[in-house]
Amino acid sequence: MINVKGLKKSFGDHEVLCGIDEHIKKGEKVVIIGASGSGKSTFLRCLNLLEQPTGGQIFFEGTDITNPKNDINKLRQKMGMVFQQFNLFPHMTVKENIKLAPVKLKLMTEAEAEEKALALLSRVGLPEKADAYPGQLSGGQQQRIAIARALAMNPDVMLFDEPTSALDPEMVGEVLEIMRELADEGMTMVVVTHEMGFAREVATRVLFMDEGVIAEQGTPDELFGNPKSPRLRAFLGKVL
Amino acid sequence: MNVLTFAKWAAEMAPGWILALPESLQRLCFQFFQVFVFENRWKFFTDGLITTFVVTIGALILGVIIGMVVAIIRSTHDSSRGKPNIFLRIINSICKIYVTVLRGTPLMVQLLIMGFVIMVPKSTFDTNVCAIITLGINSGAYVAEIARSGIMSISAGQMEAGRSLGLNYRQTMSYIIIPQAFKNILPALGNELIALLKETSLVTVIALQDVTKAAQVIVSKTYTATIPYISLALIYLVLVMILTKLLGILERRLRESDKR
Repeated sequence: MINVKGLKKSFGDHEVLCGIDEHIKKGEKVVIIGASGSGKSTFLRCLNLLEQPTGGQIFFEGTDITNPKNDINKLRQKMGMVFQQFNLFPHMTVKENIKLAPVKLKLMTEAEAEEKALALLSRVGLPEKADAYPGQLSGGQQQRIAIARALAMNPDVMLFDEPTSALDPEMVGEVLEIMRELADEGMTMVVVTHEMGFAREVATRVLFMDEGVIAEQGTPDELFGNPKSPRLRAFLGKVL
Repeated sequence: MNVLTFAKWAAEMAPGWILALPESLQRLCFQFFQVFVFENRWKFFTDGLITTFVVTIGALILGVIIGMVVAIIRSTHDSSRGKPNIFLRIINSICKIYVTVLRGTPLMVQLLIMGFVIMVPKSTFDTNVCAIITLGINSGAYVAEIARSGIMSISAGQMEAGRSLGLNYRQTMSYIIIPQAFKNILPALGNELIALLKETSLVTVIALQDVTKAAQVIVSKTYTATIPYISLALIYLVLVMILTKLLGILERRLRESDKR
């Protein structure tokens, strides 16, 4: 589904991604772990071109998204993204947040979007918040709404950029729960996270990033049970 | 044109109850009469007010349109990563020069140049247009900087969230960034509107009959300055107070989403 070839990204002189090759297949739940500064968020953000790669190619469902001739807006409709800081639109109600993109992009009528929004809100367990504003909600609730907003576009893949890092500890569980359900339903997911428990339970594959490359990868059992590289062992020693 | 004297007024026009007052109050009443009532002079003020309104509203609309366009160009240029394309860089430079020149020269001078060098209006209508264009272009430079600060105040995450949903740059700007920016800049925009309203008094230099000119005309007719100019100040003050009130209502409406 997502095929990354020789992906490079530099900020000025500083090379953050030093050539990444990776293939993410439909239905996989890929969890990316690594120390901060290892390039994992940058890698994720390159996948939907929020960061413009400086080298290499990324194919999404067979289309080269790094080629400027291909309409990135069209491609992004099929790639949902959830941010660390939620990034809900504070001037709109929860329902309007969810309905905005499907309606404005003419993928749904107002009525269809309304129905979809309410269905998604029940799914994330917040049907009573439809008319609330984001500022009135807790972090955990905002993040669940953000997931619903991304799902409203019926994406083929969901990208999660440290979705629980900005949350108070007691709210992490509710967000991970929604993500776990999503995984069980077969959604293709790429998740950057520090939640090792989640990685162990949900991931079909774990990537360990270090200094701009994928240093080691495998199933959660392989990676957590039997880390090969000393860097991974040191990292796991610190976080587990 | 005959100048009305106090003696003549007291003898021929003043109602009896005024003449029963002490002389100082009689003189005050005479001045009011002379400034507002005699020969229907209040009409100078109302006609002038209409001109002031027309010029303010016209310049406001023009200023906001120019300001928004310039602000969007400038912030698009500044937020584009790497080297923006040549077309955008040229427009951005033009916008920068526009803001520098318009903010760097006095409005009075700009009016003189537009009125006597560039446009040279012949009719009252043309003079109105000239005033609106000059004030609008001037105000646009200030609005541009205000609006730019508003756009910059919205976190980059909002743009990213909009784009990640598949909205293009223009859609994200118009549905997500600008509505929030507008709310943030409303107080500053209100200041600019108040300043604009008061600055319309300068249009007298291109011979437009606004409310300030009305007061000047009456001073020249009556040889008395106190009542006309104090009244003029009060008129502006009341207008600004009404505007402030209206802006406050608008601001409260837009703050709807901030309640917690």
